This record gives sequence, C-alpha cells and structure tokens, in this order.
Amino acid sequence: MTQIPRVPPPVIAPGHTFGSVTDKISAIVLTRKTSLGWWFGFGIAFALVNVLMVSIVYLLAVGTGIWGINIPVGWGFAIINFVWWIGIGHAGTLISAILLLFKQTWRTSINRFAEAMTLFAVASAAIFPILHTGRPWLAIYWLFPYPNTMDVWPQFRSPLIWDVFAVSTYATVSLLFWFVGLIPDLATLRDRSESKIGRVIYGALAMGWRGSAIHWHRYETAYLLLAGLATPLVVSVHTIVSFDFAVSVVPGWHATIFPPYFVAGAIYSGFAMVLTLAIPIRKIYGLQDFITERHLNNMAKILLVTGLIVAYGYMIEAFMAWYSANTYETYMMRNRMSGPYGAFYWALIVCNGLTPQLLWIKKIRENVLLLFIISLIVNVGMWLERFVIVVTSLHRDFLPSSWGRYAPTVWDWGLYVGTIGLFLSLLFLFLRFLPMISIFEMRTLVPDVPPDRSAGLQAGHGDAR
Amino acid sequence: MKSFDSAQGRPANAREFWRTLEEKQGANLDDLVGDEFASRLPEAFDAVERRSFLKLMGASIALAGMAGCTRQPPEQIVPYVRQPENVVPGRPLYYATAMTLGGRATGLLVESHEGRPTKIEGNPSHPASLGATDVFAQAALLDLYDPDRMRTLTNMGEIFPWSAFIGAMRTASTLQIASKGAGLRILTETVSSPTLAAQIEEVLARFPAATWHQWDPGSEMNEAAGLRMATGNDVSVHYNVERASAIVSLDADFLSCGPGHLRYARQFALRRRPEGGGCRLYAAESMPSTTGAKADHRLPLKPSQVELLARALAADIGVAGVNRGGPLTAGAQAWLTAVRNDLNAHRGSGIVVAGEAQPPVVHALAHAMNAALGNTGQTVLYTDSVEPHPVDHVQSIRELAAAMAGGQVDTLIIIGGNPVYTAPADLLFEEQMNKVRVRVHLSSHANETSAVSHWQIPEAHFLEAWSDARAFDGTVSIVQPLIAPLYGGRSAHEVLATLSDRPERTGYQIVREYWTKRVGAIGGFESFWRRTVHDGVMANTTLPTRAIAPAGAVAAFGAVPAAASGTEIAFKTDPTILDGRFNNNGWLQELPKPLTHLTWDNAVLVSPATMERLGGRARPDFTGGERGQIHGSVVEIRYRGRTVRGAMFPVAGHPDDVATLHLGYGRTRTGQVGAGRGFNAGALRTSDALAFGTGAQIVLTGDTFPLACVQYHHLMEGRDLVREVPRAELASLKKDQHELPSLWPSLTDEQEKAGGYKWGMSIDLNACNGCSACVIACQAENNIPVIGKEEVMRGREMHWLRVDTYHQGEIENPNTYFQPVPCMHCEAAPCEPVSPVGATVHSSEGLNDMVYNRCVGTRYCSNNCPYKVRRFNFLQYQDWETPSLAIGRNPDVTVRSRGVMEKCTYCVQRISAARIESEKEDRKIRDGEVKTACQSVCPAEAIVFGDLNDPNSRVSKLKAEQREYTLLHELNTKPRTTYLAAITERNPELE
Repeated sequence: MTQIPRVPPPVIAPGHTFGSVTDKISAIVLTRKTSLGWWFGFGIAFALVNVLMVSIVYLLAVGTGIWGINIPVGWGFAIINFVWWIGIGHAGTLISAILLLFKQTWRTSINRFAEAMTLFAVASAAIFPILHTGRPWLAIYWLFPYPNTMDVWPQFRSPLIWDVFAVSTYATVSLLFWFVGLIPDLATLRDRSESKIGRVIYGALAMGWRGSAIHWHRYETAYLLLAGLATPLVVSVHTIVSFDFAVSVVPGWHATIFPPYFVAGAIYSGFAMVLTLAIPIRKIYGLQDFITERHLNNMAKILLVTGLIVAYGYMIEAFMAWYSANTYETYMMRNRMSGPYGAFYWALIVCNGLTPQLLWIKKIRENVLLLFIISLIVNVGMWLERFVIVVTSLHRDFLPSSWGRYAPTVWDWGLYVGTIGLFLSLLFLFLRFLPMISIFEMRTLVPDVPPDRSAGLQAGHGDAR
Repeated sequence: MKSFDSAQGRPANAREFWRTLEEKQGANLDDLVGDEFASRLPEAFDAVERRSFLKLMGASIALAGMAGCTRQPPEQIVPYVRQPENVVPGRPLYYATAMTLGGRATGLLVESHEGRPTKIEGNPSHPASLGATDVFAQAALLDLYDPDRMRTLTNMGEIFPWSAFIGAMRTASTLQIASKGAGLRILTETVSSPTLAAQIEEVLARFPAATWHQWDPGSEMNEAAGLRMATGNDVSVHYNVERASAIVSLDADFLSCGPGHLRYARQFALRRRPEGGGCRLYAAESMPSTTGAKADHRLPLKPSQVELLARALAADIGVAGVNRGGPLTAGAQAWLTAVRNDLNAHRGSGIVVAGEAQPPVVHALAHAMNAALGNTGQTVLYTDSVEPHPVDHVQSIRELAAAMAGGQVDTLIIIGGNPVYTAPADLLFEEQMNKVRVRVHLSSHANETSAVSHWQIPEAHFLEAWSDARAFDGTVSIVQPLIAPLYGGRSAHEVLATLSDRPERTGYQIVREYWTKRVGAIGGFESFWRRTVHDGVMANTTLPTRAIAPAGAVAAFGAVPAAASGTEIAFKTDPTILDGRFNNNGWLQELPKPLTHLTWDNAVLVSPATMERLGGRARPDFTGGERGQIHGSVVEIRYRGRTVRGAMFPVAGHPDDVATLHLGYGRTRTGQVGAGRGFNAGALRTSDALAFGTGAQIVLTGDTFPLACVQYHHLMEGRDLVREVPRAELASLKKDQHELPSLWPSLTDEQEKAGGYKWGMSIDLNACNGCSACVIACQAENNIPVIGKEEVMRGREMHWLRVDTYHQGEIENPNTYFQPVPCMHCEAAPCEPVSPVGATVHSSEGLNDMVYNRCVGTRYCSNNCPYKVRRFNFLQYQDWETPSLAIGRNPDVTVRSRGVMEKCTYCVQRISAARIESEKEDRKIRDGEVKTACQSVCPAEAIVFGDLNDPNSRVSKLKAEQREYTLLHELNTKPRTTYLAAITERNPELE
C-alpha cells in the first residue's frame, strides 16, 4: 500500500500536547484527591478479598471436600475458574505484544491496563490449581522439577506439569513486560511527585531512569524482546490449558479442536474483560480523549472475530460427535444439550454464539452502553463454556453406573467471588498508584510528533520530562 | 505411675515431706510442674494441657497393651494351620471359629495380627461356608471394635461387678424355688448351640415351671412351620443344588439369605458354568432379590399371590387335595405351564423352594411338590431338626407377652436380641416388659430392650467368647475366641450359669464340660478337642439325611386361600442390617443394598408405576446426583391403625400396589452410627401378619427426604457393558479380539520376556449374584473408611470395588445384571500419564500401583479413568481418634489421609506376603496362593486372580474361555481384569 486511502478516526482526541497528556494521566495518580467512589469500590473489593482468605483458610484446614466435587466430577469450580481467569489474561498479552509487533498504534492507550489486567487475572488464576489439589502443601513444590537425592521427578507426560511451566512462564514474562513498560512512566511520576514517600518509592521502582538515549535504546530493545517472548505465550498458554482436557480420554474433552478453540476463547474473553473494565474507567476518569470510540470499535471487531471462531468450535464439537458415530461422544453431546445441565449449554450458546453477532452492526459497536452489556454477557458466556466443558463431560462418561452430578457449595462460590475481589482490589490499587495509560507512549501519538516516530518505537526518542 | 510421687499418690501413713513452700501450703505439685513446663512450651501446645497430654499418653499406652498379645484369652486356643502343602504358617495366624445368625453357624477363619483379629474369611472345610462368607460375617469384625458397644455391667444405671450380678441371680432363683420357677422366663434367639441348649434344659430341670421362649426375627419361622405342616415333625431341610437342573423359587432368596445360602450360591454357580450341566432358575417373587435377578424367568407377584401360584403349580404337578383358589393372570399362567413342564422333565433333579416371607402352607406345598416330583432324597434332603429345641417363635413371643401382661413373670432373662424393638407391634412388648420385677438383658449394644432392663450385661462378641453352634446341616463347630473381651463382655453361657449351682464357671469350662460329657468316654478328649477347634468343624456331627416322605394330604391344602385385594405391604429384614442387629455397623450401613443401591436408610420400596399413581417422585439432587442423593417423596403408610412415614423409592421389577419395607431402621436407642437412620417399619408389623398384609393406605405428605443412593441409573444406554450368551450358543461363540492396533509400546511383551509374574483377574458375570460380600471384604482388608450418609450423598462413597447393577427390558420386569467393578489394572492405563507427580505407576508385574505418599490429589487420574474406580479422600475420612478402630485395622495396608487418591491394588499386600514365602523357599508363587480379599470371600467363586504368565493357572484358563470380554475394549486400555459373559438358560417355551 503506497497511499493511505482514508484517514482512520484518531486514537487520541485533537488538541493534546505532550504536557497535557502527561498532566492528565499523572494527575490521577499524583494530584487528584482519592475519590469516595474509589474508596467505595476498593472497600467492596477488599471485603471480597477477605472472603477469599476465609475460603482458603477453611479449605486448608478441612480439605477439598468442602467443595461440591465428587467422583465422577473430580474437577469443579476450581478448574472452571482457573481456565476462565487464564483466558481473561490473554487479551492483555495480545494487546501489548502482538499488536505492538504489528504496529497497531491504537493499542497504546489500552495496553497498560490490559497488561495489568493480565497480571491480576493470572494471579487470580494461579490460586486455583494449587488449592484444588488434595494436599496443596506438597503440590506447591512437588510439581516443580527440583533436583533431589531420591531422584524423583514430576511426570513429564502429564499436561498438568506442562501447565505449571506454561502458567509460571506466562506470569513471569507478563510481569516483566509490564514492569519494563512502566519504567519511563515511573520516572515521570518520580519527577512529578510532590511527596517524599512518592519520590522514594517511584524513584526506587524507576531504577534510575534518566531518559538518556542509551536508556531509551536499551529500553526499546528489552521491550521488543519481551514482546517477542510474550507473543508465542498468547498461543501456547491456552493451548496447554486445553491439553489438560484434550489429552484425556473423557468424551467431551478428547478433541483435537481444543487448542485453537481455547486460544480463540481466551482472546474472546480477554477482550470482553478489557471492554468491561475500559468502558467504566474511561468514563469515571474522563479519559475519553485517550480511549476513544475507535478503540472500542476495534475491540468490538476482535470480539466479533474471536466469537465467530468460538462459535465454529461449538459447531464442530457437535458435528464431530455426530460424525464420529461414537456412542460416548454422541451421548455426551446429547446430554450437553438436553441433560440435567442443558440450560447451561443453551445459555452458553446464547451468550457466546448469538450475542456477539450484534456486533456486525456498526451502530451497536458505537453504542458504549450496549458494548458494555455485551462484554458482560460474553464474560458470563465464557465462564459457562468452561462449566459446560468441565462438568457435563465428567458427570456422565463411559459407565452409566458411575453417573453423577455436581453442584457448587458456598465454599466454591466463596473462592470464586474472592478471586474476583482480589482481581478488583489489585486493579483499584493499580488505578490509584500507577499510570493506567502509558504516558510516554501516548505522547508519541500527539499529532505534532512526526509520523515516522509515532508509527513505531524502534526509532527511539529522547525526552522523558 | 509410681515415679510421680505427687501429693495425692502418697500412701496415707507416709510422713509428710514437702519440697517447696507452695507444696506445703497445699498447692498441687503437678500443677506447678505443669506451669513450669507450660511457660516453655510453644504456643501451639497450649491447647492440649500438659496433664491431659500425659493422660492421653497413658491411655494410648494402655491401649497399645490392649492391642498386644497379652489380650489373648487365657485358655489354650489352637491356630488353624492353612491347608495347602508346604505352606508354612507364619504371621498372621488364622484361627477357626464360627458365627451364628438365625441359629445357624457359618464356619470362619479369622486372621489375627499379634492377637488382634483383623480379617474374617470363610472356613473351606465348613459345609456352610466352603471358604466364603456373607456380608454379615465380614462386617462382624467392625462390630467387635465398635466403640459404641456396651462397656460395663450396670443395674439401674449403676456400675456393678460380675459378682454382684451372680449374687442377684442367686437371690432371684432362690425366690423362684418355691414356685418351681413359675415366674422365671428365659428369652433367647434361635439356639442351635448344644451347650447352651443343655444349659437351659438344666435350668428348666431345676425350675420345672420356668419357660424358655425363643424369638428371632432373622430365623426361618415359616420354613419350620411349613415343615411341621408337611411332615408332622420338627425337621430341617436343605438342598443339593449341585444336582439340580431346574429350580423354582417361590419368593425365596436362597442364594443370598437363609441357612446354607453360601453353599447354594457356590453349587448354583458351579452348575451354571459352561461345563456344569446347567440349571434353569425360575423365581416368582415380590421385592426383587438377587435370586430373582439371577433367574432366567422372573415373575413379579404380590406376596399374597405367591400362594395362589404355588397352589396352582402343586395342583398341576399332581399334589393331592389342593384347592387351586382364584385364577391366575395370563402371564402367570404361561409361566406356570412352562415351569410345570420343566419340573416334570427334570423329575428327581428339580427343586421347589419357598421363601421365608411366605406362609407355612406355601412351604408345605413346596415340600409336597418335591415329593411328587421325586426330588425328595435327591435334591431335597431332610434331617432331624438342627435346633435342639425348635419352637414356633411367634407363638412363643406371644405367650411371653401374655404372661408378662398377666403379671406371671417375675424374672425375665433375655439372652441377646432386642425384643422391645423387634417383637410384633401388637404385643406391646415394652409395656408388658415393664411389669416384670427383675429384667436382665445380655446385649452387645445398649438398645431399646436395654433401656427397659434392670441388669444390662455387655455381651461378648463371638470373637471374644467360647461357644458352639450347628450349621444348617447339623455340623457342629466350636466357637473359639481370638481376643479377650475388650469391654468385659460375658457370653450367654456365663449368664445362664448364674442360674445353676455353679455360677462362676467360664464359658470355656462350660463348653468343654459339655463336650467332655458327650465324647469323653471315647477317650483322648484333648486330641478330639484340639482337632475340632483347629479344624473349625466337629467330625461326624453332620446330621444324617432322613427318608421323610412329606404327607400327601395336608388339611391346609384344601382350605380356600384368603382373597387379597388392595395395597399390600411386605416386611423384610434389611439386606444389610438385618433386623437391626447390625444397625450400628458402618460397613453394613454404607454397603449399597443389592438392587436398590440405597445406603444408610430404608425406604418405602414400590414399583415405578405405583409411585406414579401415588403422585410421588424420586429425583436426583444436583449435589451427588445419580451417584449420591435422591430425593424421595415422603409418604405416610396407614396400616391397621398404625402409621409410619418414610421416603418412597422406585424399584424396577417390583409388583404394583405393594410397598416393601425393610426392618431394622428407625431405632430409638442405638450407637452413633445408626442413630437417626430410616424409619421403623416394625411399628406396623403385627404378630398375625409378620411378612405381609393387605389393607395399607399410602398417602403423600408433600415432604421429600434425601436418600443416599450410589447408583440410580440402571440402564446401559445401549453400551456393551454386560454381555450374556445363551447356553446353546456357547459352542459357536467367537472370542473377542482384545488388542486394537496401537502405537503405545506393549507392556505385555516386556513382561513375557522377563518371565516374571503377570497378574490378572477374571470376573464371571455368570456366577456373580450381587451379594456384595466382596465389597465388604475389600473394605475390611484394605482399611477403607466409612464416610457417613452426608458424604455418600455428595457422591463420594469410597468402596474400591462396587457391584454395578444394570436393567434391561421393560421396567415392570427387567432382566437384571450384576457387574463387580474393581480397578481394571489397565496395561495402557489412562490414569498413569496424567498424574503430574507420577503418583500412579505401573509395576513390573502389571499392577497399576498407587503411591499414596507421592499423591498430591489433583484427581486428574480419576477424571481420566473410564471405569471410575478411583476414590478420593476429599476430607479426613479415616477415624484416627478412636483407639478401638485403630487396633482393628489391617497392619499390612496403609491408612490413607485426606487429599489422597486410592483404589483397588489387587490386594498387593497379599501378593507381597506370598512372594516372601515363595522366595524363602526359592520357588514361584503357586496358583491360588494369592487370593484377593474379594476372591476369597465370594461364595460363587466369580472372582479369580492369578498369574497370566502361567498357562495352567485358573485365571489363564478362564480367560481362555470364549465368553471372555473386556469392559470398554474400544478404548484399548488393555485391562488385566476381564469379564466372562453371563450364560442364560431361558426356556424356549417362554421366549
């Protein structure tokens, strides 16, 4: 493409200068008074964290029997929620790494908090695989291949071990990526902070950033390398999570379509969550200039695409169940649709398959409120998807004598709601103490910066004032 | 604790010394010492005060003593040396003994570890056992260690020594001397013990006016009455199923209950084997039983209709003077014709057997039919009565109640049993018993009868006391204790001795004395005694069969049977807790009842159609679901002016308009296990209709009640799970191809190269009759915890081996199949690669081993197990607190903690024990040397375990049979456990 055929809507509202961008974003952290609303929201979220703490302590004291799991349904809320949270995390990585490599400048205003969201979602997710084990105090280190005199190693054939590596790598890379990206902004905060404590803390975190050309050069290299590292993780983590199911023999789990279907589902749920968070935040903090309609529109389009892939997955599952002519597969699908959990399946189809079809319509994509509602529906739908996959496959498998059912207990809900509390608490703290939008990257979008500099970061640019 | 010379412990005459001022001032030194240490103890120890810690330590040391060999009975007991040649008896030791139920003994071998009985097996040389046991014998072990057993001898709530009781009895009997014992009544259960009977006779000789009553709800009262009606004498009957080609059961569950059922099950299974000659089984019954499930043709009938059928059959066969009564339904008529023809075709090799629930006239008709068919003396054998003193139990308890009501009873001695709970409701036994001046009750547990008794004497368990008993065919066994009474229990012999002039004799003395008198003259009593106790059977005591021809014309045959209409209710002893005597036994409470798979409760069992007609529902809850929790509509049953409430539960194959109620539940006074379970069906039962009656009203109450049911879904969904093959097609059957092509390396080849063992198991669905003894045997052998109703309702039942039950055909009368499912020990086990810590791995001999220590409890292995045989300790299920339960555990098997997966190990501890023995002798393990717990208990020998590398092993030969198949073979898991298809022998006339 040699010519730009049409000018897309701006990713930053007109009229902003370097100074105004910095002022606007850093003021949220540095000068604006902490609002009552923040305290209110954080208070609720923190109350839920306490629910989480109680749920964990009781779980450790008594055992996984406090949950609704049984034989045959050996996995329940813990695994459902684990997959759900991990999936949510994926949007952050996709936005910050893949869109960066593809030079999608519109990502700039959402990548910081999308990454933060990733991190907090992974933190919430990581709680489950450890706690769902019968003896977490052993699982926490027996799952790692540490050298020992007895020469006992983990079972490397088990997808759960792959999970350990995938998730821990993902958490590490995401944390590094996020932190490295924060460094120039932390330096800005250090410079602008009026309190001593702020200067010390932000100063320490800024790791001596002075904005020299060498700093920028190293920063850009590191950031790009991390983006390269994070990119395969977008695909690999959820692929491996899907192996937890696909490697088994359970009808409804044992399917080759699982990896792509899970990855698409993860991105789908992740973007839904970004929308769910971005829409109220831009409203509350008045950031409509930075997170513009175009951002929302773009994300809605991704939602639509991934939603179609997921819907394709559902169709193929049903088709394969029929086409395979396998008794167990056929029954599994029939049971999903019309068994005791049939309502969940149809709710999932409505939430994930039908609802995103509304996004074909431009008017709806541009309607912020509708977009917010759709994103919530998709979040629910993706949770339902994991519920359907985990529970309806297990509860009726091969031998009808062993068919059972599963219902969560108050402790299942406690842990789930608790992790939502943890996620929100971390998010509130993040909004309060860190710049939720990358200041220095936003400045590259200000129109008076020459186009070649706004296009990418390889060029490197000086000033961090 | 002598070393602790505390202020309290000092002898009274010691001079007063003091060590500190505080002590002189009266402070307790222990407290000071305690404080001193307490201040240094870490915080965590504060909860347990140091002194209570010391107390606990002391208690556990004392219990360790209890567990030690010092608790062996003081008399010489003789270890049973296992029969196989060259097998050196090491530890554990096995002792022969016997257990009595309904007055009939089953010979047992009891495994003892350092003086603690840990496992009960059948005695192969005992005619009623043949090496097998039923669920009750298995679970009797838990009764021994039950912490809720009565622990002290009390009178009106006060603890007394045994000597006080002896004194009280002396006083009571002295008072009776004048009236020759007119006020003295003894109530026992069925007594087949020659010694006990002789003791009672002795008491009766001393007090000629005294009366001995017997009441045993678990005994064969109708059978005895029927025999009396048919032969005019008190005789006993047993059957030679081994020679039977056609068996007709008239509401008789002869494969699972009643005297000799273990033997019958063995013989029936042998007969039904491909080479066994065949034996067609017809069953007409009300509540579906395991016998009905095994029948080739089952006819569901209301209990009252069985008599009509029996009359019609007898008339057809040619029994004289039979009034046919009303017409039969078309289906019953067709059944009847086919049965008649078959019986006629197998004259001399048929059996007609009537069930205990049927009135005496049906029994008499059965005997008359057997006589008319020439079966008597061939397959139906009569002997003198096995009981020394046979009585009509209903009449007996009725007389006792009347005598008590009339104030004629001064002293009532109840030996075992729980008549206040079990006696028919119309006798108002409790009320009448309160009129007795001295009430003595010997009982293992405090129960309803104890509550209204003055003297409550803890009864010694049969593993704690000497006695003797007769089997169904009269064979005498000496009941030998393995452990001294844990709670100072006394045996019936010792209690009865208090009425004699030598009240202080021990049970050992009494039993020996009796037999010395009987055989002492022959000489060499010691060697006779030693051999008898060692073998578990007394030589030459089997009663000879008598040529008894049942009288042709019996008056009752001509009587017009009462026409029954309306809703019937049938009372049955519970399949797992019987009349309530095992109410406090966790193993039996949690054992799924055959066919219904209910645990922990009884229910109002009705046909699905009746349930629908009444507007009731049984609905799986989302918690636990079909494998845990079923909500049944609660109904009120109104019957003869009495009402009970219970949850309704549908049973396929149950006749319409009948409700079957199991007895033994709804106990008001029992231990912590049985408390609050079920409803008391006995509250409806009257002495004139003990088994069933008409005129019941069943009314919905609108409530529901959660039932713990571990298998509610009985359809196979068109899957190839249970196979059956008609006997005629056996020869042309093609063997299943097990191994599908796979890239997975074959384990088999490596092992065959290695020349080691290759363990495998074969389960014969043709033999299995669903009795569930294997489930309890597995539980006892492998320290499997009891988890309680709440946990079962959450779908977490822990049995390593389950007996799946499937129905096929119409719901009114389906074909029923039993399928025991333990771990399949797959060669390509799906559980193994998914365990992230490698907690389940393959052994070189093909066992799928579970490494408890390594397990972190992800439950992935269970999810991936297509057979769902893995069990998870969701909570801390094992009771680590109760000391008596700890000493009853098998020391060879790890006790699992919470958070750990467990499953069938093929009894790896038994394999190891055999391996040690064989390696000591530098040889291979012989075929049959390792028997898994489920295998050794099975009366039908349905389970066979052994080395597949040995082509001559029994299991190899069974696996070579054409009808062998693999469960879920399409998954190519290559299980080491395979099944043998059931063989049907359907009558072409009824096809």
